[in-house]
Amino acid sequence: MANGNNNINLKNPPLSGSDNNNKNRAAAAKRRKVSAGDKAFTICNTIFMILFVVITLYPVLNTLAISFNDGTDALRGGIYLIPRKFTLKNYITVMQKDNLITGAYITVLRTLIGTLLALVTNAILAYIVSRKEFIFRRALSLFWVITMYVNGGLIPTFLLYKNLHLTNTFWVYVIPGTISAFNMLVIRTYMNGISESLTEAAQIDGAGYTTIFLKVISPLCKPVYATIALFVAVYQWNSWFDAMLYNRMSDQYTTLQYELMKLLSSVTNQGTSAEAMKNAMGTVTPTSVRAAATIITMLPIICIYPFLQNYFVTGLTLGGVKE
Amino acid sequence: MKKKTKIDLNTIKKQKALLIWGGLLTIYGFIFYYLPLTGWLMAFQNYKPKDGILHSQFVGLAKFVRLFSDVTFLKVIRNTLAMGVINLVVTFITAIAFAILLNEVRSNFGKRTVQTISYLPHFLSWIIVTGILHDALSGTGIVNDILMKLGIVDQGINFFAHTQYFWPIVAFANVWKETGWNAIIYLAAITSIDPALYEAASIDGAGRWAKILHVTLPGIKPTIIILLLMNVGNVLNAGFEIQYLLGNGLVQSVSQTIDIYVLKWGISQGDYSIGTAAGIFKSLVSIILIVLANQIAKRSGEERLF
Repeated sequence: MANGNNNINLKNPPLSGSDNNNKNRAAAAKRRKVSAGDKAFTICNTIFMILFVVITLYPVLNTLAISFNDGTDALRGGIYLIPRKFTLKNYITVMQKDNLITGAYITVLRTLIGTLLALVTNAILAYIVSRKEFIFRRALSLFWVITMYVNGGLIPTFLLYKNLHLTNTFWVYVIPGTISAFNMLVIRTYMNGISESLTEAAQIDGAGYTTIFLKVISPLCKPVYATIALFVAVYQWNSWFDAMLYNRMSDQYTTLQYELMKLLSSVTNQGTSAEAMKNAMGTVTPTSVRAAATIITMLPIICIYPFLQNYFVTGLTLGGVKE
Repeated sequence: MKKKTKIDLNTIKKQKALLIWGGLLTIYGFIFYYLPLTGWLMAFQNYKPKDGILHSQFVGLAKFVRLFSDVTFLKVIRNTLAMGVINLVVTFITAIAFAILLNEVRSNFGKRTVQTISYLPHFLSWIIVTGILHDALSGTGIVNDILMKLGIVDQGINFFAHTQYFWPIVAFANVWKETGWNAIIYLAAITSIDPALYEAASIDGAGRWAKILHVTLPGIKPTIIILLLMNVGNVLNAGFEIQYLLGNGLVQSVSQTIDIYVLKWGISQGDYSIGTAAGIFKSLVSIILIVLANQIAKRSGEERLF
């Protein structure tokens, strides 16, 4: 700001008449120049934004086109945004693959249960550490914040799950990692912003902690709950590593993303003969089937996220604000 | 406000609900976040699954010595650090630049549309993103297509067979996936800048470019620093999914990261001790990085994390 003031002083020295005219003309010229510069800026910026949108959307639209295109025909290349030889066979093949159906079922289940569990536990914990009068408030906060920076690592965690008999079960997807300190802190920050007079009024009416949580705080926290639900749901939907690591031997607990990964490696390894023969309909290839599976996997998310924009923007902004 | 809460029977009775729920969640946290830490003992043992942690033979730092005399592991450290730092720098710059430029878009409709589209890749899994990358960079993919049409190359490049392309591909994938998402927080910071500052700059004859440099950037500086600090500790964590999914035998020397090394030695080869030692090394470096970044920020009088 100091800089700005200096500039103003420099520009407005006491002037004689003719000087003033000159200055005015110079200022007008400068304005014109500035606006020309601004115009160039606008044009460049618009081009940049269009390029950005194209680079973001093209791969997705291209996958969509390939998913509707005849598999063998697609191998020739040259398919951009519109299918050349339209077919639904890729999707039909996907629907007939038992492991993909199982994967989809498990993925939906883990997303629903995992999101619900995470929401309830994180909300309760956030409520507890946001009560200013709670005797262990600081200790409990610290206990969870530490988990953000220190963890046992892959192998000790793997052994723990094995000892708890969580491996080769569905529960390994939803029970560990339910509480995340980050999500909890986001909810807590939001709860801290709720006026204390509301809880005090409820307390005078004789409401206990549980009632206040359910009837006073939670209804006001709907936006932040939606944010966290979205974060967790996306995480659950996109997970594959836990399926590979903990449930490799249990095909009945496979997930959609893990099946998609297997499809991808079958394409990249070109060890496709077995796969291709299985689909001896002749017109589908691993690549085209994978495209169809990819579209099916991303569809639910693409349909939902635009409507939740305001929620996750709020959530992220809250997360970035430290206490 | 700062009065100390007395712990007496009456308070405990009043806070019964909080204590019970807090206790249950602490037990949960202890089991899933603190209990695995006891597994760190394995790094100092010749761990045998049949003996367990209690009866395995202690070998001191022998496993760490072996780890650091392994040429592969040294390469793995280099890869992890290099990709972590490249990704951090590149995604930071693009997110900030994107936020600033998007803020300059005058049409509200255009702004909203671009922003909505920019979030999309964040919601896609790495499986999908790497699949898309494979398609785009394949011999018949769009990238080779454009390169050939422009006459830059005569024949499609096999991007996944040459080591020099791997790090840039990983960096680009990160930028593609996260730019829009990372920009959210900067856009929020930009909106909170006092409009009077922009007006004052306009009166001084500042063009849009000058306003970006002298008003917007200084305005979001605290946010940039806080996020940089939060991410420095994560530099070593940024290296698993994409490298695991994109890597192959041909580029192994530049694609393997600490996490992949741990997975390979620990789970596939069953050498839990060496895998755990590598994991501990990673955790320690991360913590040192966070503390260092915090100290630097503190000394230069900037915002800090703790």
